[in-house]
Amino acid sequence: MTDSRPVLTMTGISKSFPGVRALHDVDFRLFPGEVHALMGENGAGKSTLIKVLTGVYGIDEGVIILGDEQVAFSGPMQAAGAGVSTVYQEVNLCPNLSVAENIFIGREPRRFGAVHWAEVRRRARALLTRLDLDIDVTAPVASYSLAVQQMVAIARAIDVRAQVLILDEPTSSLDAGEVEQLFRIMRQLRDEGIAILFVTHFLDQVYRIADRITVLRNGTLVGEYPTAELPQLALVEKMIGKDLDVLERIEEQPRPELATLEEGTPFVEVSQLSRRGAVAPFSLTIHAGEVVGLAGLLGSGRTEVARLFFGADRADHGDVAVSGEPASLRNPVQAINQGIGFCSENRRAEGIIPDLTVRENMILAMQAARGWLRRIPRRRQDELVDKYIKALSIRPANPDMPVRNLSGGNQQKVLLARWLITEPRLLILDEPTRGIDIGAKAEIQKLVVQLSDGGMAVLFISAELEEVLRLSHKIAVMRDREMVAHLVNDDTVDADRVMQTIATGTQREEANQ
Amino acid sequence: MSDANLRLRTLVGHRLFWPVAVLVAMLAANTIYRPGFLAIEVNNGHLYGTPIDILRLSAPLILVALGMTLVISTGGIDLSVGSICAISGAIACLYISEAPDQNNLGMVFTALAMALGVALVLGAWNGVLVSIIGIQPIIATLILMVAGRGLAQLITEGQIITINSGPYRAIGLGHFLTLPLAIFIALGAALLIAAFTRRTALGMIVESVGGNREASRLAGIRSGRVVFLVYVVSAACAAIAGFMITANVSSADGNAAGLWVELDAILAVVIGGTSLAGGRFYLSGTILGALIIQTLTTSVYAMNISPQTALLFKAVVVIAVCLIQAPAFRAKFGRRRRGTPPPPAPSPQRQKEEVPA
Amino acid sequence: MSVSSLTTRPSWAKLPRRQMPVLATLALLLVMYGIGVSQYQAFSNVQVIFNIFIDNGFLLVIAVGMTFVILTGGIDLSVGSVAAMTAMVSAWLLQSGLPALLVLVIALLIGPLLGFLMGCAIHFFDIQPFIVTLAGMFFARGMCTFISNASIPITDGFWTTMSQYRIGDPRGNFVSVSVIVAFVVVLVAAYVLAYTRLGRNVYAIGGNPQSALLMGLPLGRTRIAVYTISGLCAAIGGILLSFYTLSGAPLIAVGMELDVIAAVVIGGTVLTGGSGYVFGTVLGVLVLGVIQTLITFDGSLNSWWTKIVIGGLLFAFILLQRLIGIRYK
Repeated sequence: MTDSRPVLTMTGISKSFPGVRALHDVDFRLFPGEVHALMGENGAGKSTLIKVLTGVYGIDEGVIILGDEQVAFSGPMQAAGAGVSTVYQEVNLCPNLSVAENIFIGREPRRFGAVHWAEVRRRARALLTRLDLDIDVTAPVASYSLAVQQMVAIARAIDVRAQVLILDEPTSSLDAGEVEQLFRIMRQLRDEGIAILFVTHFLDQVYRIADRITVLRNGTLVGEYPTAELPQLALVEKMIGKDLDVLERIEEQPRPELATLEEGTPFVEVSQLSRRGAVAPFSLTIHAGEVVGLAGLLGSGRTEVARLFFGADRADHGDVAVSGEPASLRNPVQAINQGIGFCSENRRAEGIIPDLTVRENMILAMQAARGWLRRIPRRRQDELVDKYIKALSIRPANPDMPVRNLSGGNQQKVLLARWLITEPRLLILDEPTRGIDIGAKAEIQKLVVQLSDGGMAVLFISAELEEVLRLSHKIAVMRDREMVAHLVNDDTVDADRVMQTIATGTQREEANQ
Repeated sequence: MSDANLRLRTLVGHRLFWPVAVLVAMLAANTIYRPGFLAIEVNNGHLYGTPIDILRLSAPLILVALGMTLVISTGGIDLSVGSICAISGAIACLYISEAPDQNNLGMVFTALAMALGVALVLGAWNGVLVSIIGIQPIIATLILMVAGRGLAQLITEGQIITINSGPYRAIGLGHFLTLPLAIFIALGAALLIAAFTRRTALGMIVESVGGNREASRLAGIRSGRVVFLVYVVSAACAAIAGFMITANVSSADGNAAGLWVELDAILAVVIGGTSLAGGRFYLSGTILGALIIQTLTTSVYAMNISPQTALLFKAVVVIAVCLIQAPAFRAKFGRRRRGTPPPPAPSPQRQKEEVPA
Repeated sequence: MSVSSLTTRPSWAKLPRRQMPVLATLALLLVMYGIGVSQYQAFSNVQVIFNIFIDNGFLLVIAVGMTFVILTGGIDLSVGSVAAMTAMVSAWLLQSGLPALLVLVIALLIGPLLGFLMGCAIHFFDIQPFIVTLAGMFFARGMCTFISNASIPITDGFWTTMSQYRIGDPRGNFVSVSVIVAFVVVLVAAYVLAYTRLGRNVYAIGGNPQSALLMGLPLGRTRIAVYTISGLCAAIGGILLSFYTLSGAPLIAVGMELDVIAAVVIGGTVLTGGSGYVFGTVLGVLVLGVIQTLITFDGSLNSWWTKIVIGGLLFAFILLQRLIGIRYK
């Protein structure tokens, strides 16, 4: 591969958003006829890199060279015209239109000014045959599976004589057979000389398809490696990093031993819980006062597990027992009545009600549980809200400010307060420290310790391994939508061991014991 | 920034500033055009005058708009209120017209209860379509908007039912404490709804559902019930407005009663500052909005312009208010014109969401 | 593994699913016509069908414009008022002595201009179509009475010729010029929707606006275009209306937008956009026409039954759309 010249070279790319440096001095190259995996955790800068490449954002510094020319695209369309096509995670097709039309809309072959349908269909068939896909091109796209839709999107992308094909998490909602189908097409396109930039969260897939890997972390380049020379463990280490930052300074407090915690009846015990397309059957017990960490890469099924615990999604199979009694967690109301609270990772879409005030956002869950007729008296509201504004040091300390005006970290604290006010017995925290500043992060971690000391069970999800290790009594490891291991967080467990489990999925046997 | 300047900005920034300003400007313009506009005189112990008329005539619109406010707050819309006005008015008038003694108070109350009951059923129909079957509100209520007119005419058999009932007439034209009774009914409904939404947690829950439905579900709110409820409340408000409209003329016309009141009501809600996208609602703003619309209509009457032509002014007001409130318009023109500093730049997270990827 | 296993549904299930609403409308129409023929002898007369077209020609034209708007997922409440305004302006200009051709051109320009402005407001300022076209409706209706409070008769030669000219066969069956115009509009619209980029973009935007944007389709231009087209159709409908009534009346066509929306929905076009045909709209208008005719023939039923039946049909068709899951979003 080194014998050819790169088709795309990005040098010294920097991009900042107000308050955040999304990319800093990143280099990236792409050779014709290779599948190049772009890896990194949340916030590493993968999507920003793709967006500056395709012209969604402008760049602050740096140079992009496509072929022999320096380019700065005004948007995805111009990029596609120049041969850089993108296929997004959510398939961007019009579901009501036919396959053929989705491939050609906007540049249909025409005759006498009218769309030449026979030609559209013929060319669509030819293109799909090239992708080894034999489907009825006149049927609406919506009548096909996501995998086929994905391939139709690829067909649309490569029809404009693509040199570079960007596949942004194309496999996240495909099953094994569909992934295989997609890979066959990717290999074929690669062999035709197209450079493919592949973003995925599935490690297995990277090692099956990618020729080369570029790793980003926190907006900087970690390195570029031929896949063969980068073992999985090393890759995970490079993605997650080992910087024991400021958070390490949280004073170690004496924590109750796991053995003592696990003496009584577990607060919640699920066995073989599963949901099709989301997470394979898993079992997990959580005792009062216990912090259970969920480790795993983004997209490994961490959030899906949390949602099943809370009834945000319904499980297809499996049994749940709460305090030893069989229970049902089929919707959030049931879960809340059992004393479970859930802070979603998606603060904006699933957490805050942006129009409402800090106060209203805080008391919402408690009020919902009481029913609308029994309004929480104003004095009680003030007590609760003041207490948590102080306890969580929410800034600005103004309960009547619309929550949308708060910073991300403070919004997160408001959501924490919403659930703490309901005095839950199990609190599920999905990425509670993502996208917030270091100070707020430390405070939230400290709070988790306090809560568990007070007897609350916590299911703690984080992409940052150090954080999970520091807080959890035991750790369940997720990999490719499967819970592959349960680790007791004692002296034998360290970041290396967890990473190894994430990377290789071993210790499955131990998990089943 | 000087203190006075700051205070001015706070005032201008208040959500009721523009509605109040528009109302005051209209009243002022009227007074200049016709100096006697604001005069109120006492006659037979009742107050009379244009301002009183405006209040009295705006009562039905206020009622309908109050119910509409709740519906819009959940992110919905109710197009069927005009038809419900017509149906409830028709039922009440039909029952009264067939009674042996049209002035019997008990009989009138039975009529009102019956009509209100039917309206509640119609509201429940809308609620079921929207919250259980999951049809878009604008379409779900369109069904009753079309069919309801027919039902109203079916009830009146295409005739205009004329009645001669003192108690019923009083709903529209009666007086109480020197003021028209209709004003008190509208005020009472407003206070009742305000109490029901603000003294309980209902208001907050409605706003929460309208502001972010998924987040509300995850906070344990059963949003379906709330959505169902607001359509029932809206229908009840429309029914009472229907009584007033028919009582004003002591007759029920299935075709004309409450015609276009849904559009005026939506307009009043939007002028009052409640966003059509749902979320926060402002009952006081809605009432102001209804008063603005009625003042506009009345002043156009007073200037001897045909009521239909008043629609021209209404169109201008709608566009002006919507433009002022449209974020896109503010972003394009507001900054330049007022010279205010640009709004805080969105956080990267927000940008991420706005760019479809 | 074989590729065909990736498809979720067998191919035989696909075709009728998409066409089901239109087929249901067609079936309904045939059933209603069958009832009419079996109950009333005169119903089988071909002229009955022609009369339905003659009486509803303007409705058909306006419904075609509305089909464009609804296909993008929007709505246009202004059409009835714009039609009335067009008729009013024509009558007024003719009365003041302008030549017929010039009047025709002016009248046909006002509707599209208003539609264009409304489309701009919707696109550039991101205000809901419902509100913008509501304002448009108020404006157009206001203009009607602004021009005159009373009905203005039309005596112009061209207009009366157009109104009275009959195109018929030897047996005495005939249609009016309006019907021909309506058919031309239907054919042109069907061609535009099926064979031009504009038409295909309309469907794409109704299917998924974000995707359409990412596919590089001109979202704004198409949106403005559909409201302009709707305005043009409303204007043509207004002219046909003035042929039909030979006058401009300020309060004509009040509430017509509801009939138009009902016809489009009954014709199988999905109100959330992206699915539907002009042919379906023709059927929808015919359904409304046949209902009216049946009720007229019956004599014992009153006109308000029309509204109740239309409401019932609306419900049935919306439920049907919901059940077969045409809402792709």
